[in-house]
Amino acid sequence: MFDGFKFRSVSSPVHTMDPRAKFIYVCALFSVAVMFNQLIPLLILFVIQIPFVVLAGVQKEWLRSMKGSAMFAVIIFTMNLLSLYFYGSYGSLPAIIERSLAMTVRFLVLIESFSVFFLTTSPDLLGLALEQSHVPYELCFAFTTAVRFVPVLAEEAQTIMDAQKARGLELEGGNFIKKIRNYIPILIPLIVNAIRRSLELAETMESRAWGATKNRTNLYVLKIGGKDIYLILVSAVIFVVSVYVSIYIQFPALTQLLVG
Amino acid sequence: MIKIQDLHHTYPNGVEALRGVSLEIADGEFVAIMGQNGAGKTTLVKHINGLLKPTKGTVLVDGVETTKVSVATLARKVGFVFQNPDHQLFSETVEEEISFALKNFGYDKKAIKERVDWALNLLDLTEYRKVSPFMLSGGERKRVALASVLAWDPKIVILDEPTIGQDNRQKERLRQFIMQLNKQGKTVIIVTHDIEFVTECKPRIVLMANGKILAQGRAEEILTNQELVNRASVVLPEIARIFHNLAEKGFPRQVIDVYEASRILLQKLGEPS
Repeated sequence: MFDGFKFRSVSSPVHTMDPRAKFIYVCALFSVAVMFNQLIPLLILFVIQIPFVVLAGVQKEWLRSMKGSAMFAVIIFTMNLLSLYFYGSYGSLPAIIERSLAMTVRFLVLIESFSVFFLTTSPDLLGLALEQSHVPYELCFAFTTAVRFVPVLAEEAQTIMDAQKARGLELEGGNFIKKIRNYIPILIPLIVNAIRRSLELAETMESRAWGATKNRTNLYVLKIGGKDIYLILVSAVIFVVSVYVSIYIQFPALTQLLVG
Repeated sequence: MIKIQDLHHTYPNGVEALRGVSLEIADGEFVAIMGQNGAGKTTLVKHINGLLKPTKGTVLVDGVETTKVSVATLARKVGFVFQNPDHQLFSETVEEEISFALKNFGYDKKAIKERVDWALNLLDLTEYRKVSPFMLSGGERKRVALASVLAWDPKIVILDEPTIGQDNRQKERLRQFIMQLNKQGKTVIIVTHDIEFVTECKPRIVLMANGKILAQGRAEEILTNQELVNRASVVLPEIARIFHNLAEKGFPRQVIDVYEASRILLQKLGEPS
């Protein structure tokens, strides 16, 4: 699932867009997804993002993030189904199923938009965007460093797993509690090393005069260009239309349409 | 007996780390695997306890193919001490750290206590029994990691870069310790860059470069061959460099050991050694 969020440096029209424009797009989709709870509009939201994914050329990674979230989707569907069936006031079973499906699709829409955002935005540009949006530099730095260290931690986790396996630790098998207990010998060294590394990083940064000048300037400056404005406009239109639709138009349920 | 035949390994990211390695290590042998960074040394030894599986080729440990058994099963025979002790220490006390593997292997309480006592004593750690491993110095942590592997008395011991971060005294103790293990009949395999350490132990050398074995043989033979060691980005031991320069004067070339060197020099000077 991680791979579905990890930035890969590819050149595409979406990769070169301003992160701020993409963020506005993600926020618009996020709020629209939360606005609706019927299946049809949520399905539409899911489908209209696909051209964007194809344009960015990240279909493979996107599919991986979708596959990774499949298990969560199943859990969300089942929980909704059970709670609506036993405690909800929905009458028929098809209506309950449709509602549960809608909640699952909503989750997928959120994952889809965030996945595209992180897949196409490099941590550096993201930090720059935050900085130019007047977020304090310390916070921007902490954020980009955190993102950048994810692959390092993943690699370290693998080494630790190897080291513990070499001491006879069996990671597979056993019941749920045993499985969780099995991960303690991996999590403790991982966390201790991460803390050690962060202290070391802080020291090396300070010895290289981090924070010496108050007014930092950047080599690259982000500029909102033509296609960014276009994306912001599209996001705005989606948002406004959705607000209008959610207030004035009642979407029919799929089950109603099918039954007639 | 370890028998590796035409071993190839390609990592999931496409890096071809081993390209046809064949190697036999007999029981009770002492072998040092050397070579430049990225030569495939660690990848090679990780195949011996099954942490990595061959992309092509076979690895047999005592006649059992490593793909057929789990790492935990192989680990009883093959103890692997990782380069960085911080990749494995997690327990509250040194004692618990050492008993971790013993519990995994299902030893009973009495046996665990005996073996922990034995390992603590072996590595001079008895006074730290109840101390948190995180409070110890780098060298001590390394010894805890070593004790935690030797505790179950594996037949084959693999040490990845055992001398990194150790001061001279610790290195000397480690050398004596490794030699002692080897004398007890254990197969010892070390992966190292530390040329001076190797000249004092004189194991069989396996020299690697670019995922292949460049040469193997006696330490005196391999480590005095300028052309070979250059190709593996290893430097000649200092003693070997001196004797290389003296070769024209009729001195032997294959000398890497300080005592051997002094003996030869004293002989030349006409003094009794």
